[in-house]
This record gives sequence, C-alpha cells and structure tokens, in this order.
Amino acid sequence: MPQVSLTVNGAAATATVEARTLLVELLRDHLHLTGTHIGCDTSQCGACVVSIDGKSVKSCTMLAVQAEGAKVTTIEGLAAADGTLHPMQEMFREHHALQCGYCTPGMVMSAIDLVESHPEGLTEQQIRDGLDGNICRCTGYHNIVKAVAAAWPLMHGKQLPQAAE
Amino acid sequence: MNEIIKGGIGDSVRRTEDRRFLSGHGRYTDDINRPGQTWVAFRRSDVAHGRIVSIDTSAAAAMPGVIAVFTGEDFARDAVGGVPCGWQIHSKDGSPMIEPAHPVLAQGKVRYVGDAIAMVVAETKQQAKDAAEAVAIDIEALPAVADQRAATAPGAALVHDEAAGNVCFDWHLGDKDAVEAAFATAYKIAKLDLVNNRLIPNPMEPRAAIGEFDASTGDYTLHTTSQNPHVIRLLMGAFVLHIPEHKLRVIAPDVGGGFGSKIFHYIEEAAVTWAAAKVNRPVKWTCERGESFITDAHGRDHVTHAELALAEDGKFLALRVRTMANMGAYLSTFAPSIPTYLHATLLAGVYTTPAIYAEVKAIFTNTVPVDAYRGAGRPEAAFLLERIVDVAARELGMDRIAIRRRNFIPADAYPYQTPVALQYDSGNHEATLARAMELAGWAGFEQRRVEAKARGRLRGIGASTYLEACGIAPSAVAGALGARAGLYEVANIRVNPTGSVTVFTGTHSHGQGHETTFAQLVADQLGVPFDQVEVVHGDTGRIPFGMGTYGSRSLAVGGSAMVKAMDKIIAKGRKIAAHLMEAAVEDIEFRNGKFTVAGTDKSKAFAEIALTAYVPHNFPHEELEPGLDETAFYDPKNFTYPGGCHICEVEIDPETGTVAVVKFTAVDDIGRVINPMIVEGQVQGGVTQGIGQALLEHGIYDETGQLLSGSLMDYTMPRADNVPDIHVGTESTLCTHNPLGSKGVGEVGAIGSPPAVINAVVDALRDYGVTHVDMPATSQKIWSIIQGAAPRMAAE
Repeated sequence: MPQVSLTVNGAAATATVEARTLLVELLRDHLHLTGTHIGCDTSQCGACVVSIDGKSVKSCTMLAVQAEGAKVTTIEGLAAADGTLHPMQEMFREHHALQCGYCTPGMVMSAIDLVESHPEGLTEQQIRDGLDGNICRCTGYHNIVKAVAAAWPLMHGKQLPQAAE
Repeated sequence: MNEIIKGGIGDSVRRTEDRRFLSGHGRYTDDINRPGQTWVAFRRSDVAHGRIVSIDTSAAAAMPGVIAVFTGEDFARDAVGGVPCGWQIHSKDGSPMIEPAHPVLAQGKVRYVGDAIAMVVAETKQQAKDAAEAVAIDIEALPAVADQRAATAPGAALVHDEAAGNVCFDWHLGDKDAVEAAFATAYKIAKLDLVNNRLIPNPMEPRAAIGEFDASTGDYTLHTTSQNPHVIRLLMGAFVLHIPEHKLRVIAPDVGGGFGSKIFHYIEEAAVTWAAAKVNRPVKWTCERGESFITDAHGRDHVTHAELALAEDGKFLALRVRTMANMGAYLSTFAPSIPTYLHATLLAGVYTTPAIYAEVKAIFTNTVPVDAYRGAGRPEAAFLLERIVDVAARELGMDRIAIRRRNFIPADAYPYQTPVALQYDSGNHEATLARAMELAGWAGFEQRRVEAKARGRLRGIGASTYLEACGIAPSAVAGALGARAGLYEVANIRVNPTGSVTVFTGTHSHGQGHETTFAQLVADQLGVPFDQVEVVHGDTGRIPFGMGTYGSRSLAVGGSAMVKAMDKIIAKGRKIAAHLMEAAVEDIEFRNGKFTVAGTDKSKAFAEIALTAYVPHNFPHEELEPGLDETAFYDPKNFTYPGGCHICEVEIDPETGTVAVVKFTAVDDIGRVINPMIVEGQVQGGVTQGIGQALLEHGIYDETGQLLSGSLMDYTMPRADNVPDIHVGTESTLCTHNPLGSKGVGEVGAIGSPPAVINAVVDALRDYGVTHVDMPATSQKIWSIIQGAAPRMAAE
C-alpha cells in the first residue's frame, strides 16, 4: 500500500493507505482529525473543505496520495496555541453563524479563503456566490454572510470598502 | 420573571456549544471509533417492488476482511421483531389502520428502492462495501406504485397484500353535515387542487450508528444520530430486540441537524446492535448521502382538493378538504399522526370558519417511508389554507389582506375553540400582520412593481397569516387519539455542593442551542451565574426518561419541566434557609440567588444553601433529606399555538422563468423568548427551508419507483445565493398554560413561508391568468406558464 507524507496543521504526518483512500478519509480515519466532516458523496456539500497550500479544497475530491508533500490546514489548526480563535471562528460565534455545527468546519475554511483572496473587498453578493459550494441546512445563511463580512476587516486590518453594487 | 440580567432570560448570550463546533471538536457519531470496531455495509434493493427469489452470500463471506454476512433469515431465526409504529389511527368505520410488519432486513419481498436485504460486517468500511456488492441476489421484479394516485388506481399493484387498494386508513375529522349545509348557502366557492411536494430532509450529518455488546455483563450500548435516545431505547429494546431498558444504553452525542428525520427508529440501529452481540465486537455503520436519500424518512407528499364556502362579504362559511397522504412502503414511527392530528386539526388556521370537514386517506406506495419533517402536517395545512384564502380573495374581487382581517379570530376571543378539536389559548393576528406589513413595506409595493416592470421583471408580493401547534399534548388526549407514547418531558436539576448546577434534560439538541438557552433559564431562575450551569442531554445512561426533541417542544415542554424542578429546589432551599436563619419558612423569600428573611437583612446565598444540603451538619434532618437534587415531569395541558405573518417579495425573469426572492419578512408570535439571537436564527433557518420547498426541492420518483432526485446533484438544496436576508421580528402573546409562556420557534419558519412565497409568485404572474402554482416553482415551471404551456395553468 502506498505511503503518503504531508504536513498537517504544522506537524509532519505519514500514513500508509489504500490507493483509493480520499484525503478526507486520511484526515479522519488515519490522523483522527474528525473536525473535517463528510456530508455527501458527490462533492456538493463542502463539509470537508480544508486548506491545501493556502487554497480551499474539498478534501473528498482528492486522493490522499495526491496530497504528498502538501501543507494542509484543517479546522483544528486554525486557533492559536493559546486557544485564541481565528477571526473567522470568532465572528461565526459572535454572529450565530452556526447551529448544528456540522457544515461549520468546511464553511469556515471556505470563508477564510474567500476573504483572503479578496483583499479589495467583498460585497454581500460576492460572499453569497463565494459560499455557493457549501451547504448549510440550519442557518439560512443570513448570519453566515454577516459573519464573513465582519471577519473581512479583522483579517485585512482595515474597514471593508463599501463597494458599489 | 425578573428584568433581563446578564446570561438570563431575554439576553442574546453567545452559545456555549460553539467553541467546540468551531474548533473541530464536536463529537458526532461518525467521529467515534470503539476499540475492536467492525464496519457494516448494507446491500439494498435497487428495484421498488419485488420478490426475493434467492440470496447467495457465499462469495461475499469469502472476501477479505469479512466477518459475517446476515440476511432477513438470520433475524427471523432469532425472532427479532419488526420496527414498530408509534401512532395508531382508526378509519371512519372504526377499523384500525393497516399496520404491516416492517422487518429489520427484508423478508421475502422488497418494497422500495433502499429496502435493506443483507448486511455485511467486515474489518474495514471498504471491505464491508466491497463484500456487500458481492452478495448475489435474485429478485423477481413486480409492478410498483410510486405515488398515491397510481396506488389508488383500479387494479394497482399492492404494496402489502393486507392493504386493499393500498389504503392504510381512511380517516375524517369535523362536522360533515354542517359543512354541507354551509356550502348550500354559499355566495361563492373557492376551489383549489394542490400538491404538497415530497421533500427529503437532508440534515448535513448523515445518519450513523455504533452497536456494542459486553458479553461479560450482557449490556448493550448504541451510539446513534437521534433526536430522542430514550424513545429509541424503548422502541428498539421492547419491540425489536427484546432487551430490557437496564441492559441497553442509547447515546445520541452531537447530532448534525435532524429536522424530524432523526426522530424515528430506523432498522440500521437495530441491525448494528443485534450484530454486535453476534460478532461480539463493536459494529459501526455510517450512512452515505446517496444512501440517506433512499433510507431517511421523507416529508410532506400530500395531494389535496380543498373548497372554501364564501359569503358575499368575504366571511368564510365552511371549509372542506380531501387529502391523499403518501405513507411510503412502511409506516415510519409517527407517520400516521402527521396528515391527521397534526394537519386536519390546524385547518381553522387563524380564521373563524365555523364548519370544517377533512377527509384523509393514507396510501402505501413503493417509496421510502414518509414521516415528520420540520413542521410535520402544519406546513401542509398552512399552505392549503393560505393559498385558498388568496384564491378566495380573487374569486370575490377582495383585497388579500382585507379578506384575512375580515376572518381573523379577534384577539379578545381567546381562548378560542375551533371546529377541528383544538382550543387555541392566545394570539393576536392583527398585531403580527400589521407589524409584518410595516417591516415589509407592503404599502410601497406597487411602486416597486412598476419599477421592476421597467427593468423587465415581474414583481409579486404575498403574505401568509399562519398558525401552528407545538408541544403536542396532553398525554391523555394524545393517547385517546392513538399515540402509543406519553408526551411529557422531564428535567432533573442537580445543584452541586458548591452551588453550580447540572441540568439533565430529556430533550435533545441538534442545532437548537439548548446548552445555552436552558442554562440561561436556570441561571435566571436560580440566580446563579450562566457559566455555572451545565446542560446534559442525549445519553440514557445519564438522563431520566424523557421524550426528546421534535414539534418545537423543547422549551415549552422541557423548559417547563425545568421550571417545575426548580420550584422544588427553591421550596427545599427555603426550608433549609429557614432552619439556618431560625425563621419561619413562610418568611423566607427567594430572589436573585438569595434566600432572605422577609423584612430583614438576614440572607443566605444560594451556594451556602447548596453546601448546607450536602454537608448537613446543621440541618433539619427530622424534616428533610440531605442533598439538593430534584426531578420533575411536566405533562402540558394543551398544545402551544405559535403563529404570525410572513411576507415574501419575488421577482421573476420572464425570459428564464427564474424566481428570485428579493425580500422576506417574518413576524412571529412565539411567546416568551429566552435568547433572541437563537430565536432569530431558528426563524431564518426555517424560512430558508420553506423557500427551498417553495422554489427548489422535490423528491421525484419515476413511475417505476426509482428516486430521480437522489443526490445533492439532483435534489436542489437552498444555497447562500438562493436566499435573501431574512428579516425577523417577534410580536408575542404569552402561552397561558405553561409556566414560561413560551410557545416554540423551531418550525414556524418552515410553516409560514411556503405559502407566502407561492402567493408572491402567483401575484407576480397576475397578468398570465394563473391562480395557483404547485411547489416547487422551478424556473422550468414558471417559464412554461409564461409561454402559455403550463399544464396546471387555470384560466381566470
């Protein structure tokens, strides 16, 4: 069986896996990082989104072996060592952007990439379009959109520009 | 009740549970792995109806890692029971509903695509899946019936031989003669044929179950994705596996959404628990999404004809309704109660309609069982009523709001007895309507319509003034109507020696935020800091016997049990305080966490009393037992009746038929609110599910019983870019019969919104002669209507 070595949340990890093992299965079943969830089998729901080399990726769309040498960040790796939450996590909590919590890890990981990749600002419509790949059945998205907008200034260190829509 | 204190009633406390969910440390069933664990995969029927000719498990059993392969015969040999139904309906003629056996694994026949035929236990998940594929099954396919109309056609194939015409029951409610008499005098009659579309709940966490057996003690443990672990323990232990309660522990840890679909006792729970003893190792099953589409109970699926008799002045004289409700292939746990006592009893809505008669036929089909889904019967009633009221307004040439106001139950008419069994305790429909119209800018709509038209868009506005019933109760009445369970709730309030409090509740949180809301309630009432209260739920090994969470009951019923238990705590605390301060018990007052001798400055803090109770050196032993730990059961006197007004504004692109919800306003009367932030979130989520039902979602079967919308690529879930901001207001009257005055909020969003959306869509299409559009109002359907090719288009 193939062996895969990668960096997960800053730590080196190595595992021997069946070739057909998905990255999300490597994370959950081999590395016991169960914060990354599986909500579907068609890459539609986004519950399994993680960051790979700085880009958000649905970890059910990749084989584990494709992550050889990659730097992976999961929801468990976001908070600081002293427990301080990432601004996106904090804004999700502040704005009640989660209910059952199941879609939340993937939603947070997608939202972070969305904010990081839009230093020029984000409109509400851009946030809604940008989260199109993550399904939440509980919140109705209203508070998720609020949380992402509130996290933008915290992550970019400046006020969110009022983009003309 | 006290003024709003930090962490108390009325404070939007940020949720206790969020930190673990946000950091990836939630503990859902699939996150749990037990030492020595094995994996299960089920082999399921891919035909909707058929006779099992043969099953050959030999190839599967020989595959790598396979520990055992079981079929229905193995369960039959062990005399394992069928999955029971929790509610019995009687037909018009007094005969009991047809209640076919529902075996854990199919016996002789398969009856829907997804029916489980064999189960493989293997060392790994992949080995189990591979081997399940290798089970050789010969099925002789039989003709299938995929919907209630096909199932009731002459000569239709029978799902169960004992159910003639595929009828499970033929039930009615109301005064038929009074309705006929009123129709005979009607000035006009509004008529409506509608379908309440079949929905697939799709909580984001797929179901999962882990069975364990300890051979040394004979104890079983089941971890499962359930909204009500004690109900599962009772049903599975008593009816299916014959395990007494004290030998069976059911744990529902963090659960990723339920929306009703995780109420029911499913065959997989029994299968893994039974198999754990067979292989003497833990046995785990995790559902894949494609599997959940064909095994989780579906929702709604009514075909209805309704008629409303009208007086010339717009008064409703009588309503008659005929519904065919799809039960699917087997009766799920609460299926028979949904189209009957949770649907027909709500047909008065907020109106003074004096005579109502409803007939409901429940039909077996070769489809997944249908049961409660967020709202459960009340959305079907609200949709029917709020649609036919709009049709009636058009019939009479009346304004849609004016006709509602003409028929509202006046605020001073409460308590109000409806002609369909329920007695509403409180409400003010004019208040919720007026507030919603103001927030939605109803008065300025015509200008927005004109402005949209200039942009080439068809803009419409619609309202629904709905009412629903929560906290199903009382037990004695529910029992008389066919419930095979009590509908009380339990709370155990354990004051710890240093004054912190642990609350054990029979309700279950799977997104509702109970760990926060209930802690607020207890903090407020006992005057202890919010962070000194812990809420425990979801483990029959820890919590007393309670009924779980569904029907928006957790606060109204479960919270009321907490209030009762806290009353006992306070009563005992007063006695202890009286002893310590050498005063009469009657002179001890309890406020803000202090026991005070009335009229003096002598007082004892709550924590001092707690410590005295557990370190009883100076204690009235002759009168009291040590400890401060009280349990209360609360059996409500009545349902609670949330209601309100939802207003939706849509724009249709006539080129594509696409409907965009551009504005949504919900003003709900939900009684006393503990945490406004959580309440708003519940409404927003419910409204979005309602918009999903109205515009996007549809569980579609083809005529052979294959589910066509069987994946998230085919079944359209609302996404962030399908819905607008949802503006929420509350305009509450208090429930008069529970100690909190709370009514419930979990389902209002999904109940009030679908008719508001469709009323807006029909309004937008006013120039196209449309009186009704069935849900979901997809772009294809709307485009066809606009093109003049709509199959359901009715000329005015």
